[in-house]
Amino acid sequence: MQDSGIQVLFQGTNFLRLLGGLWVSLKIAVLSMGLSMVLGILMGMIMTSTNKIIRFICRIYLETVRIMPQLVLLFLVYFGSAKHLGLNLSGNMAAVIVFTFWGTAEMGDLVRSALISIPVHQYESGFALGMTKIQVYLTIIIPQTVRRLIPSLINLLTRMIKTTSLVVLIGVVEVVKTGKQIIDASRYTNPKAALWVYGTIFILYFLICYPFSRVSAILEKRLKD
Amino acid sequence: MDFEFIRSYYPMYVEAAKMTLGISFIGIVLSIVIGLICSIIKIMEIPVLKSIVNLYIELSRNTPLLIQLFFLYFGLPKLGIVLSSQACAIVGLAFLGGSYMAEAFRTGIDNVDVIQTESGLSLGLTKGQVFLHIILPQAIATSVPVLCANIIFLIKETSVFSAVALADLMFVAKDLIGIYYKTDEALFMLVISYLVILLPISLICTWIERRVRYAGFGNTSTVSGN
Repeated sequence: MQDSGIQVLFQGTNFLRLLGGLWVSLKIAVLSMGLSMVLGILMGMIMTSTNKIIRFICRIYLETVRIMPQLVLLFLVYFGSAKHLGLNLSGNMAAVIVFTFWGTAEMGDLVRSALISIPVHQYESGFALGMTKIQVYLTIIIPQTVRRLIPSLINLLTRMIKTTSLVVLIGVVEVVKTGKQIIDASRYTNPKAALWVYGTIFILYFLICYPFSRVSAILEKRLKD
Repeated sequence: MDFEFIRSYYPMYVEAAKMTLGISFIGIVLSIVIGLICSIIKIMEIPVLKSIVNLYIELSRNTPLLIQLFFLYFGLPKLGIVLSSQACAIVGLAFLGGSYMAEAFRTGIDNVDVIQTESGLSLGLTKGQVFLHIILPQAIATSVPVLCANIIFLIKETSVFSAVALADLMFVAKDLIGIYYKTDEALFMLVISYLVILLPISLICTWIERRVRYAGFGNTSTVSGN
């Protein structure tokens, strides 16, 4: 029988190395997501401001993020910061900065639309009970907003996990890079390695993202009913 | 900023932008076709095809385009299927975009009230006629905002094509940085190029979205992911 090449996955610690690479991507995604959530909530509250100038600035920020491909942003931060700020950012650092910058905008927009979808009387009732603005937000508005936010939040997280695959292009050693190393190392012993390694990475990403997208779909449906 | 440098190298960006736009155009048209077919299969609930379509949609939505491209470009040749960079880019974009478009159309079709189908059927139209003349036009109108968002998303995604050696905008920028170390100029041109391509499209989309909303077609709050 012809050699299928699948054994490349089981040689030495190859499979574990791939998982390790994936872990690097996940760490970047989770860290950026955490930061984006905190900053995004603030951003969303700022975006509901009645001040036209503030709203305009927020709009520009949001549109910039929406229009520029994430890869372009990564390049800008990675190469730009090295040259101008004399900062030697690691690829990981640049990735976290870019994904947080992007996530904060998206998150802000989600928070904004959730906030404005909450009826005004909820605020008014709070104030009528003599609560302060902070109390109204903390105990009435935010709990309701969070409930509406969760499905889109999970969506954003899966998008972020998917997008972390780009960081290989600015030299972060994550799952794709590890895969390349494995392929290069077995170039002569196993010429078909590329098929199996990239196939595995494809499946690994799917296995991580799919559960999230299921959960988000289920929650969305439940919210609608 | 070295404007002389920009002047001598901007033709490279123009070429790359044409490449990006060309690939995007073909990829987006294909993904709309795939999306339409998939959404019709899902709505009509055709037995076996439906499961295949579902599997395809989940696979394509839950994996990054970059990985899809690597598999196409580096993996498939090992099975004897060799695709050029362009072919990979188009196949990848259509594969990714198809599922997003399918979802857009499906939500559009779902948003058309059941009563519309019932009225059509009671007027003596066939199922096919009802779909073609009543459901589809309304569904397309509701899908427009999501469709627009998807188009912008797909054009943005083309930025990863440089990874499979397609001479697109990112590729040119990376080249110029690598060869001349003209980081500022290369990145500046890169940003300008994407602005020139995407800003008008984004503005047109906002305009269309507003028109559709004023025309009172369904809700536009449907969120598209990317």
